[in-house]
Amino acid sequence: MTAGEMRKESEQIQQNEEDKVILQKTTLQRRTLLKALIGIPVLGGLAIEVFKKTTFDKQKRDRILEELGLGNISGSAKIKISSGKKGELIRIGIIGFGNRAVAHANGLGFMLASDVDAFKERGIFEDWLAQENLNIALTGICDVFDLHAEKGLEIARNGIRTTGATPNLPVKRYRSYQEMLADKDIDAVMIATPDHHHAEITIAAAKAGKHVYCEKSIALSESEVNEVYEAVKNSKIVYQLGHQIAQSVVFQQAREVIEKGILGKITLIETTTNRNSADGAWIRHLDKNGNPKPGDEKSIDWGQWLGSTPNVPFSLDRYYNWVKWFAYDSGVIGQLFTHEYDSVNQLLHVGIPKSVVASGGIYYWKDNREIPDSMHVVFEYPERDLTLLYSANLASSRNRGRVFMGHDASMELGGSIKITVDENSTRYKKQIEQGLMTTSEPMLTLDSNTGKVDAVSGATSKYYTARGLTTTTINGRQVDTTYLHIKEWLDCIRNGGETSANIDRAFEEGITCVMAIQSYQEKRRVEWDPVQKKII
Amino acid sequence: MLSGTLPDIQKSNLWINMSETRKYTSLQLTTLVALRFLIGWHLLYEGISKLMNPGWSSAGFLKESKWILSGFSQWILSNSSVLHAVDFLNTWGLIAIGLGLILGLFARLAAISGAILLLVYYMSNPPLIGLEYSIPPDGSCLVVSKTLIEAVALFALALFQTSSIVGLDFFVARFRDRKN
Repeated sequence: MTAGEMRKESEQIQQNEEDKVILQKTTLQRRTLLKALIGIPVLGGLAIEVFKKTTFDKQKRDRILEELGLGNISGSAKIKISSGKKGELIRIGIIGFGNRAVAHANGLGFMLASDVDAFKERGIFEDWLAQENLNIALTGICDVFDLHAEKGLEIARNGIRTTGATPNLPVKRYRSYQEMLADKDIDAVMIATPDHHHAEITIAAAKAGKHVYCEKSIALSESEVNEVYEAVKNSKIVYQLGHQIAQSVVFQQAREVIEKGILGKITLIETTTNRNSADGAWIRHLDKNGNPKPGDEKSIDWGQWLGSTPNVPFSLDRYYNWVKWFAYDSGVIGQLFTHEYDSVNQLLHVGIPKSVVASGGIYYWKDNREIPDSMHVVFEYPERDLTLLYSANLASSRNRGRVFMGHDASMELGGSIKITVDENSTRYKKQIEQGLMTTSEPMLTLDSNTGKVDAVSGATSKYYTARGLTTTTINGRQVDTTYLHIKEWLDCIRNGGETSANIDRAFEEGITCVMAIQSYQEKRRVEWDPVQKKII
Repeated sequence: MLSGTLPDIQKSNLWINMSETRKYTSLQLTTLVALRFLIGWHLLYEGISKLMNPGWSSAGFLKESKWILSGFSQWILSNSSVLHAVDFLNTWGLIAIGLGLILGLFARLAAISGAILLLVYYMSNPPLIGLEYSIPPDGSCLVVSKTLIEAVALFALALFQTSSIVGLDFFVARFRDRKN
């Protein structure tokens, strides 16, 4: 090989080497580049999985809803927050300014300065502030106890208001309800006195042409219920009984569930009261430190407080714990069953039962009370093939819920709705066999919180929450049901229409409650004569 | 490998070491990248699922808060605009962290913020003796929960970076080099 040839060869080799390096470099670069981009296909994988899951969930939900005929259950859409037309200013007087009246005032758009912090702590102060202005003025307070009346005057004057201009009309304290009803400057009254005054004040208000929002119960005896009914029917006033629970969104949804026959034939409804505290048993005359709450004969107009009930000497026990005596209340029936009954009546329009049997006794709170602390009542509706049970116990807080039992499914209705398919259901037999529906746990839960308790906590919710069905809040705001109930009443005053707890519903409820009390006191089965309209 | 003495390395050096690209064997690299992808996937989906669920709010989680952060949680709950901000930051924070980890883009920042976020979750609801929650726990946990493990794993990923080799930080690094 010549020197020239050798040089050429070595050049050739060098060239080859260089080519190799260049080739290696480009492959290396390509590999580095690919490596740098490897996250993108991983992201694509996640995107595909998310898409698959969304489709699967939607199909499953649609299929269940389709099977149930619950195509577009909404609830919230039916509740209008804004009434549009404000109408004329309504001047409201509150009769009886205890704790319940404070809640009424909150619903009307007023708040005690001392409650602001508590509302803030619960995180609902801003939602309260955003509550729509009802265009009312709180112009009258009536209470037989100076301290309570002053609380009412404070709330009407202090300037803590929901947004929107409320005219600051002067507020007046009335010494008696008669005085308030005689005043032309009052358009409507809210009654939150102890129950023994409800009938008398409602009748007088109806006669005076003042609209009435009255706390339950409507009245305490059959004759009183009849008198209230007649008085309201013969007047032009708008009447609303204070059952705000049915205003909640879950109730609107429960109504749809029942109307669509999802539960099948309902033959039994169980309602309960489960309390286990002195306060829950209406022992309320002591403050947090165990000292008697304020009030004496000087600051409380005892004669007026007693009204038409038998004359007894002044008693702080009776003043604060009035629920314990039949003269002033009907105990668990008047205070708690009324809400249960209203829930059922709003959903199923059961009306007055054919017969009622009640039983119970004073088994735990053996103080001077007359009302039973354990009471169980069976209401029969043979024409509806339905039994309504009510069981109250004031010495155990084990929650027994409120359950509508149908042949195909049962519905537990409380702050949320839980629907569980019955394992022997006829209607859902096929779906149960196919595994589409399970009977071991609620199939459908309608609630805004369930299944959403989350962060990266790994929490798995067993309940299947159908999204879009889940609103206990309205447009993202927590809305007070008492406010909605008051608003419904005011809307009817301005624009006509029927309140949901109108005098007809109130009459049915009043008679049903009186039947339960009579059955308990007389230790017998009482019946309703629909022709004579009499309890027999 | 735990080495006993590293006398030269000062605190500041540790941070310098953090940002420099290490040499890994391919098995080490694969394992670290897999861990990065898996945690990224998890956090990204947690964010996406909150985004797709319009009714979601951190309120339920905050209400459960039992330990040293319970006062802070109560404060968030008591103010709805703060709560909304927390919900927003939570959702989008998780999405950003998940994307950062999977794509390997600003992955160290993503890993550190993810670790801090997870530590906050852990400290809100730690499985300590005597603290009981209504949220069902994910398996059986005593003191140590999966959230805590994930937080520490993210710290490890911040220390053992891979994103400038496997990830878009490769381009970020090149861009920086060119600028310099």
